[in-house]
Amino acid sequence: MSKRTDLEKILLIGAGPIVIGQACEFDYSGTQGAKALREEGYDVVLVNSNPATIMTDPEMARRTYVEPLDVATLTAILERERPDAILPTLGGQTALNLALALDRAGVLERLGIEMLGAKPAAIEKVEDRALFKQAMEKIGLSCPKAGVAHSIEEAWAVAKSTGFPSILRPSFTMGGTGGGIAKDETEFEAKVAWALSQSPTHEVLIEESLLGWREFELEVIRDKADNFIVVCSIENIDPMGVHTGDSITVAPAMTLTDREYQRLRDAAKAVMTEIGVETGGSNVQFAVSPYDGRIYVIEMNPRVSRSSALASKATGYPIAKVAAKLAVGYTLDELKNDITGTSAAFEPAIDYVVTKWPRFAFEKFPGADATLGTQMKSVGEVMSIGRTFCESLQKAARSLETARDGFVSLIGRVDYVQLALPRKRRDLGMDAPEHDPPSALPPATPDALRAALTTLVQVPSADRLFYVGDAMRLGITNERLFELTKIDPWFLAQLRRIIDAEQQISSGETGPTQIRRYKRLGFSDRHIATLSGSTEDAVRIARQAAGIRPVFARVDTCAAEFVALTPYMYSTYESQSESLPTSSRKVVILGGGPNRIGQGIEFDYCCVHAASALREQGFETIMVNCNPETVSTDYDTSDRLYFEPLTLEDVLAICDEEEPIGVIVQFGGQTPLKLAVPLEQRGVRLLGTSADAIDRAEDRGRFDQLLTKLSLKRPRSGIAKGAAEALDVADAIGYPVLARPSYVLGGRAMMIAYSRTELEGYVAQIVEAARDAGTTSILVDEFLKDAVEVDVDCVCDGKRAVIGGVMQHIEEAGIHSGDSTSVLPPYSLSPEIVVSIEEQTRMLALELGVIGLMNVQFAIKGGEVYVLEVNPRASRTVPFVSKATGRALAKIAAKLMAGATLDDLGIEDGELPRHVAVKESVFPFSKFPGVDTILGPEMRSTGEVMGIADTFARAFGKAMAACGTPITAPREGERGGRVFISVKDDDKPAATVIARRMRALGFEIVATRGTAAAITRARVPVTVVSKVNEGSPHVVDAIKAGSIAFVINTTLGAREVKDSYSLRRQTLLANIPYFTTIAAGLAACDALEAGRGESSVRVRSLQEWAAGS
Amino acid sequence: MNDVAHLVLADGKVFEGRPFGAAGVTVGEAVFTTTMTGYQEVATDPSYYGQLVVMTAPEIGNVGVNAADSESIDPLDTTRDPGPKLAGFVVRDLSPIASSWRAEETLGAYLARHGVVGISEVDTRSLVRHLRDHGAQNAAMGTAPPDELLRRAQQAPDMNGLDLVQFVTPKRPYAWTEGRGAWAPGAGSPDFQRQERAGSPHVVCLDFGVKRNILRCLVDVGCKVTVVPASTTAAEILAMKPDGVFLSNGPGDPAAVTYAVETVKALLGKVPMFGICLGHQLLGLALGGKTFKLKFGHRGGNQPVKDLASGRIEITTQNHGFCVDLSTLPESVQSTHIHLNDGTSEGLAAPALRAFSVQYHPEAAAGPHDSLYLFDRFRASMLGA
Repeated sequence: MSKRTDLEKILLIGAGPIVIGQACEFDYSGTQGAKALREEGYDVVLVNSNPATIMTDPEMARRTYVEPLDVATLTAILERERPDAILPTLGGQTALNLALALDRAGVLERLGIEMLGAKPAAIEKVEDRALFKQAMEKIGLSCPKAGVAHSIEEAWAVAKSTGFPSILRPSFTMGGTGGGIAKDETEFEAKVAWALSQSPTHEVLIEESLLGWREFELEVIRDKADNFIVVCSIENIDPMGVHTGDSITVAPAMTLTDREYQRLRDAAKAVMTEIGVETGGSNVQFAVSPYDGRIYVIEMNPRVSRSSALASKATGYPIAKVAAKLAVGYTLDELKNDITGTSAAFEPAIDYVVTKWPRFAFEKFPGADATLGTQMKSVGEVMSIGRTFCESLQKAARSLETARDGFVSLIGRVDYVQLALPRKRRDLGMDAPEHDPPSALPPATPDALRAALTTLVQVPSADRLFYVGDAMRLGITNERLFELTKIDPWFLAQLRRIIDAEQQISSGETGPTQIRRYKRLGFSDRHIATLSGSTEDAVRIARQAAGIRPVFARVDTCAAEFVALTPYMYSTYESQSESLPTSSRKVVILGGGPNRIGQGIEFDYCCVHAASALREQGFETIMVNCNPETVSTDYDTSDRLYFEPLTLEDVLAICDEEEPIGVIVQFGGQTPLKLAVPLEQRGVRLLGTSADAIDRAEDRGRFDQLLTKLSLKRPRSGIAKGAAEALDVADAIGYPVLARPSYVLGGRAMMIAYSRTELEGYVAQIVEAARDAGTTSILVDEFLKDAVEVDVDCVCDGKRAVIGGVMQHIEEAGIHSGDSTSVLPPYSLSPEIVVSIEEQTRMLALELGVIGLMNVQFAIKGGEVYVLEVNPRASRTVPFVSKATGRALAKIAAKLMAGATLDDLGIEDGELPRHVAVKESVFPFSKFPGVDTILGPEMRSTGEVMGIADTFARAFGKAMAACGTPITAPREGERGGRVFISVKDDDKPAATVIARRMRALGFEIVATRGTAAAITRARVPVTVVSKVNEGSPHVVDAIKAGSIAFVINTTLGAREVKDSYSLRRQTLLANIPYFTTIAAGLAACDALEAGRGESSVRVRSLQEWAAGS
Repeated sequence: MNDVAHLVLADGKVFEGRPFGAAGVTVGEAVFTTTMTGYQEVATDPSYYGQLVVMTAPEIGNVGVNAADSESIDPLDTTRDPGPKLAGFVVRDLSPIASSWRAEETLGAYLARHGVVGISEVDTRSLVRHLRDHGAQNAAMGTAPPDELLRRAQQAPDMNGLDLVQFVTPKRPYAWTEGRGAWAPGAGSPDFQRQERAGSPHVVCLDFGVKRNILRCLVDVGCKVTVVPASTTAAEILAMKPDGVFLSNGPGDPAAVTYAVETVKALLGKVPMFGICLGHQLLGLALGGKTFKLKFGHRGGNQPVKDLASGRIEITTQNHGFCVDLSTLPESVQSTHIHLNDGTSEGLAAPALRAFSVQYHPEAAAGPHDSLYLFDRFRASMLGA
């Protein structure tokens, strides 16, 4: 064995908060890595700022630092821990960049710490586009024509050789942030400027466009003995020009002859050697000409990536785990393939087709450009497995949870004619977005639709493949579609098979033989029902009566060459099932499906905890999920894994196969919750809180009765059907009101209206969002202005409820709880209020008969406690509370749901922690030029970080740093940067307080006229600066010039919000800390005052915080 | 049109599918390969002669067929593709079109043109699991009723003891001059130039069903290649004054090709030798070893082999049902390579006799290019280096 014995302690760097381009795949890889290293007996220390990860569970490492991922903090941790080595190749681009920065700062050398996996020289060769190109040419591989530019002038020079369109790729950014395609001279400069601003090294690569070429990716592994394997090949259905993360991809590659494939394999091997990736997983991306097979190397990542998570799930080969073991000296032939017991030195063979389909959230970002390009815009993805491409693709389509039962038609659901109209050209940076109210679909002629679709299919977009399907339905030929889209004819031919079958179903060919064929093409029961004018239940019952049922095949890495020891399964329509269900007592846990805004890693965390807790209780655990990025879909997280869409049909089939004692729907967020009632109606037993209790909390009428019974207060409210009624209800309640559709997650289309006129402007969008969610109900609530919002998580066994944690939001009520900054324990509430909140929470839990988790949101105003919302299920804050308090709530809840009591488990109310934890949200605004950054009742954050410290001020400071916008005060006696303040009238008194405190901290104050007047009256020196609409030089110019250190800006009213849009956008571009609420501004003052005079970064592990030492 | 076909194994197991390629019934040994690319190379590999090959990869026919990727040879006109060599092709999903800039026709049309029966929409995974658990066995497939197919499967001769070489070996010798051209690995590199090599050793290839790409690889390391029928005697070969003899791959039971074993025995020590696959087994037999039949063989493009000298792992292409029994070899013979999964013989060498061989396919086609160094090794052994 060649395992290294000269290493004892290894520090693993995580990827930080979930952002576009870096999602929970790095929790999956980090968790695998930590487990693998611990298994080998190494002392593992872990750092990650993201509390919603499994890898930061205290038992995953000996010491876990939930701290900002920056050089100063890492240096402090390294000095304290003195590890022998760091492993940065499992934590995405964040970890790799950080390791490189530590190396450049000389920290690693000074402390004698080795970098495992990839050496700095190798990382630089890959990240520096010019070096990379040079390296590729050296081994005879071509890269697209390109040049590096550091300024607009240099960019124009490069563009001379590349021509247009040209591709822009900023250096050292992840997910292609800041990248794009410049179609012609007219948009070149603006896009280059944006790209330069996004690159930490102010550098952009400008590249010849390969639009229309096929795109492939190989996931590869190399060990120190130069053994090399390809784990998986992946082909993008979308040709070159769309970021891989945003492309629909298929594994294995479908359109290569062996000669062409081996050429890519040879090239990938040469790339690994030339770049000098010593050990571990990497990926290499290629463009291949559809005309003559020429290949270009596009890029390579010397680390595990989103696609390696996909490749691991697609093949059953655990890349991150193997990479971790290779990093500590093993060679591939010394490792075993867990699934078959044979050697890990082989290339997986798969006998199915895997489809990855990205999930977008453009509906959250009105005004964002929904065209896909080289900058990743998707927020999540699903993966599906089928025996054929058609089956796999249709399973992926229905996994997305975008109300599509397969490769369906959107005719009648999407206004193609309107969509195909030319867009108004907007300055990417600075023009506020226009909100076009949706209109009812006008009837369109087939000719008009064909013309519109001809335009639409040429532009990559989230739904382009559906548009291609509709183009086929309207008679556009495959040949024409190839010309328009450059999607390989093979894929188009497969889509055509689906369309042909669809027409057979519509024409009534629905005998058993045909139904079996449709099922083998991946048609869902619902899709068949819609096409044939039947119902899902009727189709299912008829199908089952004819003996047509799915079987479950195993993902075994070897195309059945060997017996698979692991029950990792997918459904398909073949002749034999391999599931071999046991007769144990088993529980099915339904996962959360694709990540999207409002439903992310937090729910996966809960599902993973449920699996481990129920295993501890002696149950067999069965996970169902379709998100390849997650820990829950790792084959050893649960006893059995079904990689399946989370639809009624698919879940019922699993329940039929497994006959579990019950199903847990409360941990995976809205996705499984929506299935609760339909499953129960079809005889599936739900564990934990009853569907009726969930309904009592969700149904407004019943909820009001509940609160009345318990004599609890809530804001006045009403339910309306349709726009007119909503306005009447609002008038009756009085403004401001909070209006939203019923049954939606993440505050979709939730709005605060301060007047009837404002509500009139919004109400159409709410009605539309409600329709999308399948309801007509609109909820209208009194909006408690300037109230303090509080979140509580508790666990309950039906007889007793225990408070998990009470979190006070820094932002006032009205900002979505998922977007606001939470503090645990509350930092400014009186003990009496907190006790009252806890008491009300218990009353609610017991009255509802909650068994498991419950989350309650309260608003505190004028010393009164109002109940805003009760959710008898796992909430987004469960991982944060668990990390902050050291008590794994989801585990406790799962055990309660399986029948244990709090007494059995010995769970009592905990003592208030002596430390303070702050959860701060992270937003994807920089990915969406043209989107306003102002916060509101609709959730838009993608992830979160946690700051933990002995005081609120320090914890808040850490949370800000962890978000990538550290706030620092000038040193004692030094004059610092300038703080810009512009606030609405109500906030002016508080703004003067901030100004005074900032001034005392050494900042200069600049403010707009009105705010400056208030500050001057408070006798604080202030400089007046113009608003944008007052003409140059104005505040945006000042920010551009780099003379503003941070921004405090509050606004009220649609007009003011629009006027100050460019201010917020420029702030974002400049990556300056900014606060859009007074409360956050005050918290920043606290943090700055606390940080004064502290020369070193203080770090402490979760284990130490928990021990109170 | 009859659009139902069946595949029936000798043990009575029936699989349903749809016919493609040529109409009719075909009989052979059912085996499976896990290679994910290169179904055309599989279909045309003479080592699959007499076999019904099941592709585990489910989507087949996507890139059509082209003459350049054929692995079989017409000795009378080496530029021509004589078509598939296997007895039948079993796939899960047949592509409706051929999509590749290299494609000349669809797989279905190709098989039909050459009279080869195919069956699609078969639950190939269950079939493979059955073969894995119960062993490779004879089968019949086609549009005949299942009971007739069963009868024909059961009547087919056992692969053990079967000399299939006689059906694929050429009738008379021929010269081979074609290399891999632009498809040689590294051909695009600026450093790459076909090495001007001192001397061009003359290799006589005993053709038991040789794959085209083996001959191309020999040409690419600078060999002058003459291909001769399997029945060519040692004396006839030596009369051709070869610098080395190459023992090719081929179908069937090596122990049944007794005449070839005798030839190899007679050549041992007189001239450097290199064998691949059946050639490896024949060398093993000639050196005094024995061969046995594996339960379901090694067939695929992902088989891990360990080079015992260097410790390195090669990912290899394999296609064999028989295997050299390592324990039966004399001490003078070295085991140079083993299969990482089951420890079976993958390479041997008799240095004193200047002979070596591998069980796997270094020429790949289809498969990875990890083992091309063996052709250089052969060249070096011929030049006495």
